[in-house]
Amino acid sequence: MTAAQMEHEITLTVNGFAVSERVEARRHLADFLREDLGLTGTHIGCEHGVCGACTVLVDGEITRSCLTLAVQCEGKSVTTIEGISDSGAVADLQEAFRARNALQCGYCTPGMVITASVLLDAEEMPDREEIRDHISGNYCRCTGYHAIVDAVETTLKARAEAGR
Amino acid sequence: MKPAPFAYAKARSVAHAVELLSAHDDARIIAGGQSLVAMLNMRLAAPEILIDINDIPGLSEVSVEDGFLRIGALVRYAQAQRSPLVSTHAPLIARAIPHVAHAAIRSRGTLGGSVAFADPAAEMPACMLALGARIVIAGVDGEREVAIDDFFKGLYETAIGPAEMLVALRLPLHGPSRRVAFGEYARRRGDYAMVGLAATARAQGAGLADVRLAYFSVGLNAVRAQGAEAALEAGDVEGAVAALDGDLDPDGDIHASRDTKMHLAGALLRRVAAELSEAAQ
Ligand SMILES: Cc1cc2nc3c(=O)[nH]c(=O)nc-3n(C[C@H](O)[C@H](O)[C@H](O)COP(=O)(O)OP(=O)(O)OC[C@H]3O[C@@H](n4cnc5c(N)ncnc54)[C@H](O)[C@@H]3O)c2cc1C
Ligand code: FES
Ligand code: FES
Repeated sequence: MTAAQMEHEITLTVNGFAVSERVEARRHLADFLREDLGLTGTHIGCEHGVCGACTVLVDGEITRSCLTLAVQCEGKSVTTIEGISDSGAVADLQEAFRARNALQCGYCTPGMVITASVLLDAEEMPDREEIRDHISGNYCRCTGYHAIVDAVETTLKARAEAGR
Repeated sequence: MKPAPFAYAKARSVAHAVELLSAHDDARIIAGGQSLVAMLNMRLAAPEILIDINDIPGLSEVSVEDGFLRIGALVRYAQAQRSPLVSTHAPLIARAIPHVAHAAIRSRGTLGGSVAFADPAAEMPACMLALGARIVIAGVDGEREVAIDDFFKGLYETAIGPAEMLVALRLPLHGPSRRVAFGEYARRRGDYAMVGLAATARAQGAGLADVRLAYFSVGLNAVRAQGAEAALEAGDVEGAVAALDGDLDPDGDIHASRDTKMHLAGALLRRVAAELSEAAQ
């Protein structure tokens, strides 16, 4: 597919399933997931990369879906909050969010959970400062962040204990 | 907040990319998209066609070649941060990257895209200026190399022509007598700096030689403070701070007034100067 067209046929993996769709080149990944695939767990806040609500995993790396074009995801593997929730991969983190009141309106939560998820397997356990730094690109207008840092830290500690 | 319609093509090679660029009047390269897609969404840019360079083989490599560290145009911040070659041979870059945006933006944004975009508040252009980098640019007639001191031309303007692309950054290798320092003041973590400074020097006896001070967020591009450089070479830190009055001419913006920027520029210079000479015992 090298012809310069306004629309393109794309094939990618979303939450483990193969997906083929025809998309406009200007369709960003967040709209593709929400509008074309009905995966509305990925939220849209600012659409210019600032708020982090739209964060997803592309080939395992946290990525702004509002700053990635769907057509650029040809052949890639995209994981959304639906994917990591259904697989149980972050069940402990989600439970810690609930227990610690780390969400109120919940708008930022999918992006927060996805962003924090890549810390859970880090070789060296990040301290609170590093957790804050890592989630600094995700805005939350409700919680004041403290509870979110607590929830992430609790989950990291529990996993480290269990791994021993 | 949706982009205007545009066509899209994947370039197979550098030659293909520049051929596509020269075939269209209003074409734009997309690398990491971390500045460009935001501009498209806000319709600050509405090109006719996007040329995607992400699948071009060979542009994602970091290597050492004839006395330079070569960073391919597609090397991403996250990749550079993990690269032992970068931390060994370009410690200034390793120091600066954590200040660029946030983790999710660093996983896609490229060093080459940042230098080509030449945002006056960006870290990488200033690091290139401090390091005395050479910028490798490809056009239909092949490759050419531009010294960083001749690269920045004006606000978001560089020596890269309309039918050319940046293919690599070449940095002189770090050595035992070379010193680097970096600092910036930003309102929040990951924000663009209100004022920033990337610096290099060579330790000479108890003093410093070949000082390069590259400020960012104080002008149309990253700028060198040459009066202050000369004063630091003479060992006069307060003289260097005073010289900034002649070196820098920032406009105030929503984040900081001109006076605040000048004050912060002086404070940064004292910090950075201490760091340069501390390392140079
Ligand atoms: C919320 C947010 C915060 C940010 N904070 C910072 C920050 O603190 N500091 C900072 O430096 N940056 C920041 N950025 C910008 C980020 O660093 C971008 O990744 C970078 O500026 C551009 O790199 P890119 O690869 O994403 O380029 P793109 O967005 O793909 O391209 C940017 C421009 O450069 C051109 N271009 C790209 N590659 C080439 C090439 N090889 N040859 C010729 N032209 C090319 C494109 O045509 C386009 O005009 C931030 C971005 C966001 C969204
Ligand atoms: S919607 Fe993507 S970062 Fe805000
Ligand atoms: S819980 Fe409301 S924005 Fe974070």
